[in-house]
Amino acid sequence: MTSKFITKKVEVSYGDKKAIRDISLDIEKNIITALIGPSGCGKSTFLRCLNRMNDVIENCSIKGSIHLDEQDIYGPDIDPVELRARVGMVFQKANPFPKSIFDNIAYGPRIHGLASNDSELKDIVHNSLEKAGLMDEVKDRLNDQATGLSGGQQQRICIARAIAVSPEVILMDEPCSALDPIATAKIEELMNELCESYTIIIVTHSMQQAARVSKKTAFFHLGDLIEYNDTDKIFTQPENQKTQDYITGRFG
Amino acid sequence: MIRKSIQSRRARETRLKIYGITSICFALIMLATLLISIGLNGYSALQQAYFKVDISVNTEKFVDDSGAPDNNKMNLFNWDGLVQSALREFFPEVKDRDEKKELFAIISANAGYDLKEIIKKKALGSGSHTLSVWLHLSDDADQYLKGRLSIDIPEEDRRINNKQIAWVNSLVERDIAKLKFNKTFFTSADSREPESAGILGSVIGSALTLFVTIMFALPLAVMAAIYLEYFAKPGKITDFIEVNVNNLAAVPSIVFGLLGLSVFLSTFGLPRSAPLVGGLVLGLMTLPTIIIASRASIRSIPPSIREAALGLGASKMQAALHHVLPLATPGILTGTIIGMAQALGETAPLLMIGMVAFIIDIPTTFTSSATAMPVQIYMWSDSAERAFYERSSLAILFLVAFLISMNLLAVVLRKKFEKKW
Repeated sequence: MTSKFITKKVEVSYGDKKAIRDISLDIEKNIITALIGPSGCGKSTFLRCLNRMNDVIENCSIKGSIHLDEQDIYGPDIDPVELRARVGMVFQKANPFPKSIFDNIAYGPRIHGLASNDSELKDIVHNSLEKAGLMDEVKDRLNDQATGLSGGQQQRICIARAIAVSPEVILMDEPCSALDPIATAKIEELMNELCESYTIIIVTHSMQQAARVSKKTAFFHLGDLIEYNDTDKIFTQPENQKTQDYITGRFG
Repeated sequence: MIRKSIQSRRARETRLKIYGITSICFALIMLATLLISIGLNGYSALQQAYFKVDISVNTEKFVDDSGAPDNNKMNLFNWDGLVQSALREFFPEVKDRDEKKELFAIISANAGYDLKEIIKKKALGSGSHTLSVWLHLSDDADQYLKGRLSIDIPEEDRRINNKQIAWVNSLVERDIAKLKFNKTFFTSADSREPESAGILGSVIGSALTLFVTIMFALPLAVMAAIYLEYFAKPGKITDFIEVNVNNLAAVPSIVFGLLGLSVFLSTFGLPRSAPLVGGLVLGLMTLPTIIIASRASIRSIPPSIREAALGLGASKMQAALHHVLPLATPGILTGTIIGMAQALGETAPLLMIGMVAFIIDIPTTFTSSATAMPVQIYMWSDSAERAFYERSSLAILFLVAFLISMNLLAVVLRKKFEKKW
C-alpha cells in the first residue's frame, strides 16, 4: 500500500492554546480513513491542516511537516489554492452556494478553467452528479436553487461539487452529523464507491459509521493521537485503554 | 409564589409595551406636525399669480433677413416698455410718473425678459403680430392674491399699497389676472425675483453631486470593507485604521467642507461651486458610513459560504467577489442609500466650497456652477420676500419626498437582491 499523506510531528496552536500535538500518521491511498475522538480532540483541526484551510483562521500556527505524494504542502512553492483543488473538502453543515444546482457544481471547474467550452462543462457537471448518485433526483431541475433541496441532497451536492474539480483526496468533516439515517446510508454508500478513485478522510462522531465505512481508523484524544490501526483491530482489540473506553462508550 | 411573579412579569411586559407604543406615536405625531406645517406653508407656492396682456409686436426689429430671431437685437429690444405700455392700456387714468412706477411694481420685474423668451420660443416670422400672453405678477401682488399679505396693517408698513391693491383687484375682476399652476417653479433655477425662481437648477445640481458621490464613495468603501474584513492582518495598524474609520464617521460635516476647500480647490485647483467638488466632499463624508454598513453586511454572511469557495480552490479574492459580495449586496446597498440620503440633505460642507452661490443657470456639466437642494432652501429661507418663504417650504417638501423615495428604493433593492436560503 502506498501512502497519500505522510504527516510528521504536526502541531497546531491557536494563539497560545495547542490544539493538536505531535501527530504523525500515514494515510493510505484509495481507502477511507476515519478520524474519531471526543469533541475538541483536534481531529477536525488535523483534517483542516491537510488542505491548509487553517490558513484562513487568524493566529493559527502549524509546526511539523505534511507531505502529499512526497511534496511538502507547507513548502514555499506550494500555492494553497492549487492544493485545495487537489484536496477537496466537504463540510459538516451542507453549504451549497445560494445558486442553481448547475452553477454550484460548475463553479470549481469554471474558476480552474477545467472546461474549455459549455458542452465540456455540462459533461463535467453531469458526471459529477452521476458519481454523487444525484443525477436521477435532480436531472429535471438543474436550474433550481440548490438551497431548496433536502439536507441529504444538499450534502451530496457538496460532494458532487468537490468531485467536479477532480481532486485526489476528499476530506469530509462530519458530513452526516445533520442528516437522517437514510440520507446517511446514501452518503456512506457513495463514499464506498468513491474510494476506488479517491482517497477519503472522514471525521466522524459516530463509531458505527467509522466501523462501517473505514478501512483504517485513528483515535484522537485531547490533541494527541492515541491509536491508529486497521478499523477491525481498533474496534475489536484496541491496544490502548482509552480507545477501549471510548469505543465502548465509557466517555466522550 | 410563581403566580405572583408571573403577575408582576406580565405587568412589566405591558408597561414596556405601552412605553414602546407611546414613543412610536410621539415620533409619528412629531413627523406629521412637521410635514403638515411645512405643507401648509408651502402648498400655495404651487400656484402663481399671472396676468394676461395682448402684445402687438413687429418682429422686423429683431429678426435677421432670413426671419430667424437675432439674439443680439433681441437683447437690445425694449421688452419692458412693451409690457408696460400694454399694462397701461388697462389703466388709462394713470399718468403721473410716480404712479406709473407704482403700477409697474405690480408686475414681475422679469416680465419683459419672460416675454422675450416666449417670443423667442414661438419663432414668429417676420412681420407684425398680436398675441396674448400670461406673464407673472410681482411677488407682492401674488402674496396679496393668496391672502398671505395682511391688509389690516397700516399702509406705509405694507409692501403693497392701497392703490396697487385696487389695480390688482381690478385686473382680477376683469378676469385678466388669476392664480395658475406655477410651472416656473419646476422648470427654472434660482432668481432674485421669487416669481421667477425655481428648484430645477438645484435638483439637477443635487443629482450631479450625488452621482459623483456614489461613483466615488461606493467602490472605495466596498473595497475597503472587503480588505478590512478578509485581507487585513490583525494588528496595531488594522486597529488604527478601524478606529479612524469610525472616527471619520463622527467628524462634523463642515470639516469635510474645509478639507474640500483646502485640498480640492486650493491644492488641485478644481473649480468652485462645481458638483464635481461637492460630490467628492460628500463622498468623503459618506465613505465611513458605507464602509461600516458594508463590513456589517459582509460579516453577516455565513462563513460556511466562504469556506465552501475556498475549499474548492477559489482564491480569497474570488471567494469574496463571487460569493460573499453578491450575498452582501442588499446590506451594502441599504448602507449606501442611507449614506446618499445623508449626503443629499447636507448643507454645511457645500457652503465651504462655494455651492452656496446664487446661480440662475441650470447646471449641465460636473464642472459648471451649481447649487444643491438644501443650500437652495437655506438661501431662500434667508430672503426677505414673503414669496420665498412659501417656496422654501415647498422645496423642503420636495427634498423630503426625494429622501422618502430613496429610502423606498433601498427597501425595494433589498427585497430584490435578498436570496432565500
